[in-house]
Amino acid sequence: MNLFHREKASAKDNAFVVNNKFPHPDDMRLSTHALCVSIGGNPILKHVNVDIPCNKITCIIGPSGCGKTTLLRTFNRLVDTIEGVKMTGVVMLGNQNIVAAGASELTEIRRHIGLVPQRPCPLPMSIYDNIAYGCRIHGISGRRKLDAIVEYYLRAVGLWDEVKDRLNAPANKLSGGQQQRLCLARSLAIEPSYLLADESTSALDPISSRMVEELFVKLKKDYSIVMVTHTLRQAKRIADHVIFMYLGEVIEEGDAEQVFNRPKHELTQRYLAGSFS
Amino acid sequence: MNRRLLKDRTAGYMMFFLTISSLLLVVTMGIGLYLKASPILEEHSLWDLLSASEWKPMKNQFGFFPFLMGTLWVSGLALIIAIPISLLMAIYLTEYAHSLVRRFVYPFLDILAGLPSVIYGVWGMLLIVPWVANVAAPWVDRNTTGYTTLACGIVLGVMVIPLLVSLFIEIFSNVSHELREATFALGATRWQTTKHVVLRKTAPGIIAAIVLAASRVMGETIAAIMVCGNLAIAPGSLLDACYPIPALIANNYGEMLSMPLYESALMFAAFILFFVVLVFNLFSRLVLKKIKTE
Repeated sequence: MNLFHREKASAKDNAFVVNNKFPHPDDMRLSTHALCVSIGGNPILKHVNVDIPCNKITCIIGPSGCGKTTLLRTFNRLVDTIEGVKMTGVVMLGNQNIVAAGASELTEIRRHIGLVPQRPCPLPMSIYDNIAYGCRIHGISGRRKLDAIVEYYLRAVGLWDEVKDRLNAPANKLSGGQQQRLCLARSLAIEPSYLLADESTSALDPISSRMVEELFVKLKKDYSIVMVTHTLRQAKRIADHVIFMYLGEVIEEGDAEQVFNRPKHELTQRYLAGSFS
Repeated sequence: MNRRLLKDRTAGYMMFFLTISSLLLVVTMGIGLYLKASPILEEHSLWDLLSASEWKPMKNQFGFFPFLMGTLWVSGLALIIAIPISLLMAIYLTEYAHSLVRRFVYPFLDILAGLPSVIYGVWGMLLIVPWVANVAAPWVDRNTTGYTTLACGIVLGVMVIPLLVSLFIEIFSNVSHELREATFALGATRWQTTKHVVLRKTAPGIIAAIVLAASRVMGETIAAIMVCGNLAIAPGSLLDACYPIPALIANNYGEMLSMPLYESALMFAAFILFFVVLVFNLFSRLVLKKIKTE
């Protein structure tokens, strides 16, 4: 009797938990120190020092061409795909320097830092496989586990009821807003600590855009979100922490309430007042 | 009507006419070949022609089976060699290689693709044929001159690689950058990205490219003549000589003036080739359409 009980307990210990499949180190704070990025000799980021708080929505704002997207893409090293890119300085995730990471560490780093792209970009496979893909490439297999994962994350983005009858349909048959939520679910499924959003609502209609925005607000309980946005109003609605950039430099960084209401720097004041964009 | 509009309309009609006439060309070619081939079809049944193995024009025996088999063996072997190599090359060049490598390799590929096939033939005679005779055949205890199906398949396979690689490269570069980023951002390696996303996305294009290459290989004449051995037997193994259809036509056209059915037989061979390539292309279109709608 006793033996039976213990067996059950240990079975429970090994049980698969749908939202805790991967190891999660404790301290996963993202910060940069003296980060410089240049592309083909042109400096894009100059000496950037930022500290991204956990479980908050951090909005990176600034005029076009100020390096917002480059900063975001340095966090998961997608800048590597650009030709002639050079990085110096430090980007720390926990105790790991992202800038110095080799190819084998990169795949693991990118699991910790998810990306929601600017335009919805479903992979050329079924709805089901879009969610399962990330888990499969990180070594999770078995139909039962994957079924559970797919359902869990489709529910998390409110897509389950809309697609549960056609999970095997190609993902590009979905509407733009649905596709973007699918991309979000795809990123969430590999349990990142940080979620990068590069103007993720800009290509969507107002209702879908609002839906994704609301999801971000809900998700900050479990994820830290870094968002590049062009719309100040959106930043004002959802940001907890704001980074204002201008010409590759961080001009001001701080609490959203403070940056929006009592900006310290003159440039920030002028940008918020709309005198340039 | 003012002149501007008149010019516009005339240009439009003219281009339409030229485009349509190229379509008509295919149809007239098909009909012409068929008419020229019909005398032999009146004398022998289609099945007899395709299945008989005796090729003795003097005795009025026209069996196309050896030539059909020769074409099939050679094209099959060439594609088996060329497809994996060119796929891997194209994957390397588009997904892995540094842009510097690409800048050096692309011109070479273009040169290779543009080389006249007679040069591939010479290369085959100088290198592949002796290799088959001295290395490959002794290895399996066979004795050949080296002018074999194997040599022909290798030469045609190598010849079609540049074409396939550049087609594949074109197809792969059409995959959007965003799609690659999306899977990299999930932590996929380049190989995983290639396997699950790039190849999947481009599967229809890959099939179309292969069919194009197959048509090219089946119709290749000069390089094949130079290394295939030109013996009218159905090859039983890779180390037998063979005689693909284009080689048959090119070798014999002009010598058959005295025998009326001989010309008709060669036209029939050309018609078979024409028909097979046509069917191949139509089939690939169907496959493409089906994959696209799925």
